[in-house]
Amino acid sequence: MSLATTEATAATPPAARPRRWTARPGEAVAFGLVAIFLLAFLVVPVLTVVTVAFQDRATGGFTLAHVGDFLSNDLFMRSFWNSLYVSLMSVAVASLIALPLAYFTTRFEFRGAVLVQTLGVLPLIMPPFAGAVAMGLLFGRSGSVNLLLGDWLDINIPFMEGLNGVIFVQSIHYFPFILLNLSASLRNIDRAMEEAAQNLGSHGFRLFRRIVLPLAMPGYVAGASLVFIKVFDDLATPLLLNVREMLAPQAYLRITSVGLEDPIGYVISVVLILFSVLSLWVSSLALRGRDYATVQRGGGGLARRRLPRGQAVAAYALILLILALVLAPHLGLFLLSVATVWSFAPLPDGYTLAHYARVFAESSQYITNTLVYAGLAGLIDVILGTAIAYLVLRTRMAGTRWLDYVAMSALAVPGLVLGIGYLRTYFGVTLPNGTSLAAFWGIIVLALAVRRLPYALRACTAALQQISSSLEEAAENLGARRLRVVRRIVLPLMAGGIAAGFVTSFATAAVELSATLMLVQSNADAPLAYGLYVFMQSPAGRGAGAALGIIAVVIVGLSTLASHLVAGRGGKESA
Amino acid sequence: MRFTQPVLGRRALGAMAAASVAGAARAQAVSGKVTVVTSFSNDVTAPFKRAFEAAHPGTTLEVQSRNTTAGVRFVQETRSNNAVDLFWASAPDAFEVLKKAGLLEAYRPQSQGIPDTIGPYAVNDPEGFVTGFAASGYGIMWNERYMRANRLPEPKEWADLAKPAYHDHIIITAPSRSGTTHLTVETILQGEGWEKGWATIKGFSGNLRQITERSFGVPDAVNSGQVGIGIVIDFFAFSAQGAGFPVKFAYPSVTTVVPANIAVVKNAPNLAGAKAFIDFLLSVQGQEILLEPTIRRLPVNPAVYAKAPAGYPNPFNGTIGLPNFRFDLGVSEKRYAVVDALYDQLVGTNLDGLKRATKAIGDVETRLARRDNPQARALLEEARALIAAMPVTAEEAASDAVAGSFSGRGGPGPRQAELEQRWAGFARDKYTAAAAKAADAAKAAG
Repeated sequence: MSLATTEATAATPPAARPRRWTARPGEAVAFGLVAIFLLAFLVVPVLTVVTVAFQDRATGGFTLAHVGDFLSNDLFMRSFWNSLYVSLMSVAVASLIALPLAYFTTRFEFRGAVLVQTLGVLPLIMPPFAGAVAMGLLFGRSGSVNLLLGDWLDINIPFMEGLNGVIFVQSIHYFPFILLNLSASLRNIDRAMEEAAQNLGSHGFRLFRRIVLPLAMPGYVAGASLVFIKVFDDLATPLLLNVREMLAPQAYLRITSVGLEDPIGYVISVVLILFSVLSLWVSSLALRGRDYATVQRGGGGLARRRLPRGQAVAAYALILLILALVLAPHLGLFLLSVATVWSFAPLPDGYTLAHYARVFAESSQYITNTLVYAGLAGLIDVILGTAIAYLVLRTRMAGTRWLDYVAMSALAVPGLVLGIGYLRTYFGVTLPNGTSLAAFWGIIVLALAVRRLPYALRACTAALQQISSSLEEAAENLGARRLRVVRRIVLPLMAGGIAAGFVTSFATAAVELSATLMLVQSNADAPLAYGLYVFMQSPAGRGAGAALGIIAVVIVGLSTLASHLVAGRGGKESA
Repeated sequence: MRFTQPVLGRRALGAMAAASVAGAARAQAVSGKVTVVTSFSNDVTAPFKRAFEAAHPGTTLEVQSRNTTAGVRFVQETRSNNAVDLFWASAPDAFEVLKKAGLLEAYRPQSQGIPDTIGPYAVNDPEGFVTGFAASGYGIMWNERYMRANRLPEPKEWADLAKPAYHDHIIITAPSRSGTTHLTVETILQGEGWEKGWATIKGFSGNLRQITERSFGVPDAVNSGQVGIGIVIDFFAFSAQGAGFPVKFAYPSVTTVVPANIAVVKNAPNLAGAKAFIDFLLSVQGQEILLEPTIRRLPVNPAVYAKAPAGYPNPFNGTIGLPNFRFDLGVSEKRYAVVDALYDQLVGTNLDGLKRATKAIGDVETRLARRDNPQARALLEEARALIAAMPVTAEEAASDAVAGSFSGRGGPGPRQAELEQRWAGFARDKYTAAAAKAADAAKAAG
């Protein structure tokens, strides 16, 4: 796959030339391979499941009656508007959290920038169940914060109740999408732009608003559209807060009822998919007709700006405050993992390391499996993401945009639906050694890759949008062959975006549960999220589950740090 | 990660061949891998795995943990090339679905000393497809610290939970999400009758804080003190006590004890191993494992209770539930999906309206307790009747016209979504009217 992609992308001349309507052979091959992958592992499996939405129960023929039921049902329409409201508000709040973190750490001399960037990714890794319990213990009605507030001031703040609770938790959970993509974009901006503006007398907020933010728009839009679509399609958080009047939980609750074949659940899934694609199209309008490419990378110009002393103190204070808020759930998770019993009290009754001992004794295979699965899935995602981004932005082939839309629709497909689809499509296929293809651990990797592809895809697209094609033209004029252009010019310049995409895909794949739970067929092949699930089903397993969650967070944190360092080095070399 | 499966697969095949050749000598032929799909946690499965593998050297018990939905789906979707030997779970409805789909194999274990019934419930499926291995009762669990902090008395009966003091302190799973909660609701309906039963259910539902989507969410919330009182299956509370949480549990008088089950999956690759595991579960050794602090389920072998710690509940000595209550399985099956959908529409989607009306009634009642007023009392009774009103009678709920809408196949009646919309609208109107009546009562009370 990777070889073909590289050749294909290499076969592309700069986009600035006049329109061509025929595709180069390499491009066509890349297009074909990506399309086959998406068809085989996303479109076909999902279709085998969701066709129920348009089937007449009696005759099996086509019908729109279920869609009519959906439209005429008050509950579903209310759910739709709630989902829309929550998604928009979450984008707004997540932007408020992410903007200062991204801006200060990339455009200024800022000590600990890499640390802040790394810690800023951790909220993405909210281990299933364990994260929920930890959040409840801290922010719930009887959580630490409210128990203390009740003692001191006799008030109770409903952090985790209703739609506002969903917005609160979703913003904390998903702002790293904006942080990662925006940071990657900001690093790519030529510092000469800021210097020129400063020379002309612009500074402070005006400089940020008029120069820096507009130039970083591709990254911001990539992150914001991910937050929007993800929140719109997310079911874990609303269910954790017991908010049911949103679309994704409604679909989930109906699909997962034992023994019921209610088509409405699948109708809602189809609506979610269509709406995700629609919102992606709307967000692409925001960038249409503008050119974000700069010839110089972020390394150009003079040194990074310095903050005056007073402003520096304020910036550090703001960033520490934000980090304290967004990392609170992980503090709760850590306390839970070393607690003996923690019940209706601000802090645990006692502390122990027994949970970690139990996890390492019983389930170390989960850790290696997770690293392998999530790593492979992340790799597949950046390869596909780069290929699709290149096809969309650098070629004029008809239908490339549809690859983008189809790949993004994976965000809206419930994991359970994908899992069932895989079993339905691939269980009958046997491998040479006689076992079913669906029982092979590689199928879990593919499921993870498909579910997390949208993250890498948005990051890669944003990165490529910022590269001026004149650089590629220049290289070609100097006689470089296309393969060499891609390897020496395009990929190094995209490194930051690709790293951001890999981190997001990897981090979120490491804690994916719903499709995994359907596809795992032996304990030896199970990833960490499955182990977490197994622990969290019993009171005695709560601490062990939290310990496994902390291990997941540490693993992802270290991987993020490593990829920041690698991307940083790559960036310096290319500059 | 390691490619152990093909090897074990061949061994399992070998075991099957050996079993069929050896004929009568089946018991000795147990070997290879026994694959079990289960919704039980590691705390339950691990002790059984250890003991079973020790009792049958050469066998491994491969535990695939899935939640009940995923487990049922998995067995359904992989039927063409089945690799699962056993399905092991609590929810009786999951087994019903598998049995109806023809995905189970009948097996009558050779075990001694296990009665045919526990209370009103048969231990085993009459056709031999499903075998009960442990019993569980339904009841009320609470967090002692939470109760002390909020000065709440300990509840004993379902009706207690409808009292104003408990408003916003209770948590439950929707019956459509949890087969065990479904049985709780169905038991109340059969124990108290359709109309009165629904009045009781809506009574305590008006005091709910939350309805969770997975059954373990309820003990999770009570254990951590997020909510004070949960409506749960008994072992959730007992195993939490075993893990040190400050929780207590009570069986209300209208309750039932039902078996948690295991069944052999059709075309099991290791049939001999599957049967051996069921026999092991039902042996005295297997039954005693149920008494471990992190498991705490009720054995189906009455003799095992002699080894139980003091105060261990025993369904065979008449201390749990009503002695004369008979659970009618036929009635339950006929209206299964209807009861779930009714709860979802009357309580689930209208929880805010129901809570508002219940709170209004509770406030007036608290005032009337200080200074009585007959006119206000009459208005409150009207408000309560409005809350209790049902869109369908017991007969209609079991009729083909209504129950057929939930079968997933075509039928003469309306589609499921149409019915649900109608019921939700019915409940919304009644609760609004009830809240208005309660407001009138408040005025009358002065």
